[in-house]
Amino acid sequence: MKHGYSKLHYWRKSKSAITTALCVLSALIAIIPLFLIFFYSLSQGIGALNLDFFTQMPKPVGESGGGMANAIVGTAILIGLGTLFGLPISLFTGIYLAEHKHGTFAAVVRFLTDVLSGIPSIVVGVVAYIIVVLPMKRFSALAGGVALGILMIPTATRTTEEMLLLVPQSIREAGLALGIARWKVTLRVILPTALRGITTGIILALARAAGETAPLLFTALGNRFWSTEIGQPIASLSVFIYDYAKAPFSDWNRQAWAAAFVLIFFITILNIIFRLVTRGRYAGNGH
Amino acid sequence: MADTLSSLALPLGQNAGGGAENAPPPDIPAEAKKRQNINFGDLVFQGSTAFFAFLVFALVFLMAYEMFKGSSLSIEKFGWSFLAREIWDPVQEEYGALVFIFGTIVSSVLALIIALPLSIGVAVFLSELAPSWLEKPVSMLIELLAAIPSIVYGLWGVFVLVPWLRISVEPFLSKSLKFLPLFKGAPYGFGMLAAGIILSIMVLPIITSISRDVLKAIPTMQREAALALGATRWETTRIILSDARSGLLGATLLGLGRAVGETMAVTMVIGNRPEISASLFAPGYTMASVIANEFTEATSDMYISSLIEIALILFAVTVLLNAAARLIVWSVTKKFKNA
Amino acid sequence: MKSLTIALLLLVASLVAGEAALAQMKLNGAGATFPYVIYSKWFDIYSKKSGVEFNYQSIGSGGGIKQVTEGTVDFGASDAFLTEAQMSAIKEKQGSDVVHIPTVMGAVVLSYNLPAAGKDLRLSPDVLAGIYLGQITNWNDSKIAAINPGKNLPDQAIIVAHRSDGSGTTNIFTDYLMKVSKLWALSVGKGTSVNWPVGLGGKGNEGVAGLIKQSEGAIGYVELAYAVQNNLPYALLQNKSGNFVQASFDAVSAAAASFADNMPSDFRLMITDAGGKDAYPISGFTWLLIYKDMKDKTKAQEITKFLKWAMTDGQAYAKDLYYAPLPGAVAKLCLQKIDTITIN
Repeated sequence: MKHGYSKLHYWRKSKSAITTALCVLSALIAIIPLFLIFFYSLSQGIGALNLDFFTQMPKPVGESGGGMANAIVGTAILIGLGTLFGLPISLFTGIYLAEHKHGTFAAVVRFLTDVLSGIPSIVVGVVAYIIVVLPMKRFSALAGGVALGILMIPTATRTTEEMLLLVPQSIREAGLALGIARWKVTLRVILPTALRGITTGIILALARAAGETAPLLFTALGNRFWSTEIGQPIASLSVFIYDYAKAPFSDWNRQAWAAAFVLIFFITILNIIFRLVTRGRYAGNGH
Repeated sequence: MADTLSSLALPLGQNAGGGAENAPPPDIPAEAKKRQNINFGDLVFQGSTAFFAFLVFALVFLMAYEMFKGSSLSIEKFGWSFLAREIWDPVQEEYGALVFIFGTIVSSVLALIIALPLSIGVAVFLSELAPSWLEKPVSMLIELLAAIPSIVYGLWGVFVLVPWLRISVEPFLSKSLKFLPLFKGAPYGFGMLAAGIILSIMVLPIITSISRDVLKAIPTMQREAALALGATRWETTRIILSDARSGLLGATLLGLGRAVGETMAVTMVIGNRPEISASLFAPGYTMASVIANEFTEATSDMYISSLIEIALILFAVTVLLNAAARLIVWSVTKKFKNA
Repeated sequence: MKSLTIALLLLVASLVAGEAALAQMKLNGAGATFPYVIYSKWFDIYSKKSGVEFNYQSIGSGGGIKQVTEGTVDFGASDAFLTEAQMSAIKEKQGSDVVHIPTVMGAVVLSYNLPAAGKDLRLSPDVLAGIYLGQITNWNDSKIAAINPGKNLPDQAIIVAHRSDGSGTTNIFTDYLMKVSKLWALSVGKGTSVNWPVGLGGKGNEGVAGLIKQSEGAIGYVELAYAVQNNLPYALLQNKSGNFVQASFDAVSAAAASFADNMPSDFRLMITDAGGKDAYPISGFTWLLIYKDMKDKTKAQEITKFLKWAMTDGQAYAKDLYYAPLPGAVAKLCLQKIDTITIN
């Protein structure tokens, strides 16, 4: 023992070392599932990840082969519809929130947007069933799009608001000083400056919507055929994964892994792009 | 749904630009106001943005209203006892939400028990221990975990987690800890334990990123003061953690909110059995799962009304959890801004 | 940004235009998973032959009945025929009667995952009811051993699998159990969804088959086609005459034959616990639920065309997929029934 150091000292030091080690261990444990899932979906799905998967239609039950071409297009159409419904609302609400940093109504809306983001997607699906499927008397891509749009609103709104707030006040003041009307300054000066960040934020919301399954189960339902009509049921990657995963046919299981891999890959790339685009902006603000 | 770093950091982001932009614009003298041109375009623009903001506001209430209307039949018939009835029998048309509430609570609490220590550990690692070149990539990896869709977790759960549980973990637990009622019953693999583990993986990123933000919001001065007084690293961290108590609580509530609403991953591994059991090995049923499984085929009006009522309960629970969590997180970060 | 928008709009426009140009006749149906194997084959072949697409979603008989009631589909499918109450609900909501058209017959087999026991496990009605009532919980139970002399039955917990969704297959299975077990009739009953005393729930025939395949020690009830296509062994069941019968389309046809005199004009008939010596005890019809007075007459025409094809050429596909084709007399009656569907 060093001169002057009590036993207590060593006890405290070792406690500190142990807990530090535990924290590092937690970090390692936390990342393991990520790699496990990536690795598994790649290794299991790689066999089915061929050209057929992207270009063929699903085969009848029990027959091997076929692909998910209709599901890929279906997912694309669904998130397109979701954007159509969610984007205007998110954009304008985001602008409203950014313009009214201190208003009470704005605070309420901001709060409700956050609350909206916590609502389970299945509940949103139930609402979409009640307000779209029942009156239309039909399952449709439209109903699925409405559900996805509602799910996209919280993320897209918050991102829009934040990106707009990151634009320095000096730009706004410069515009106003030149005598440009307030609304023109917002629309023609502030918005384009923040556009890159907003777009990537919207794409992030899109990526999330692409992975949603629960709300589609009783809105878009599903379709074994090629369909791009919005008034008809439509296939989607996520619902296909669900159907194929439950099934006993191992060929279907492999296709489910392939679809899962496609989804994860797509979502991860978009997430990385989002981080890269917004990192520079955050760094400048001392986060 | 997961929250990104950005959306939760907003209370911080608002002030990122510095103090000067915070203050409301100074009052314009009355004369100057008269001279101001009321631009028509401004009115239209303000009007439309306010309209859309109002839409979001109305949306939440619309959802609640539609679900109330849809569940009116079962609310009338069963009233509040719906929450306490254990029976779910479509043949006899007797419904009650207790089994599902139990399943949701148990799976979510189990998820938190597993995830919380890990999350706090990772958050501490990220905010206190890691050098910045390590912290950013690890943060990003954790957040990628949050981006993986629920259905993919479910897929992994069915083909990897459940067999592992059935073949290795559950037999081991039932042999060594068989006196505990928690581990009784046949090792299905599917069941509450599988659901709890999958949920914990899904909830970990949320609790971690918010906790990390909360810990980072605490001024460095606190740490410096503790270290200056001779505290070890761990002791300093303990102090910071206790300062961040309410923020961590908020993070936990948000994680809980996500666990409660999780549908696909849970449905695929929980066994879908409407029964209350003390064993973790037993299959169960959550509120979200029963809606996913039985909604398209609820043949009678009472059946579907009961399912919509369960959706309403889910809605109410997640709204409350989220509202409470946001208020807590917001007040904590405000406290430290103003400190 | 601008060019991207234009490109997107063009893409959407071309997709929409392409759809219009094809002017494909599309019909939507939903329902039973029991006949899904043959329906998916039929719709695939028929669409190649005639260009009319029948998009069928197998969400379970309960789902089929529900969606037909709500009018969100053009036709439904179920292996549980509609009750009077359900039929009047449809009449009220959709303004039309529903016609039951039986398409094929199938067997509900007890498939199991027990490599040690090999194939041809034998089950009697008492043992089967005992397993599903939770009274028999281990594979090496003496009751199972008694009817399986010489079989290697390991000490393994029985993992019971049943349906978590509203199912016609469940309806057929529980209808049988009610007939053979008083205790079952008293405590559980029959229906598309029942209060199962034990077991895990799987969604659809596929879900149950998946559960069985993935869980060693599992037993579950599925349509024969699902067991065969997945190389899952299925048990011989002792019928009313005391014989242990292997499920096959002949055994199912024998079951139907013993009820031949009871066929009502609306085709709503259960054929479980049949009397013939070669009859398989858990057999059943499966029906397509068609609106008698469809609002869209072109759709009505296409449906009747398909139904007539199913009654004639379609029946040839049944045996290869392990379903039993309809008895000749029934098929003839069906063709007459199909003519009652209003097409103009």
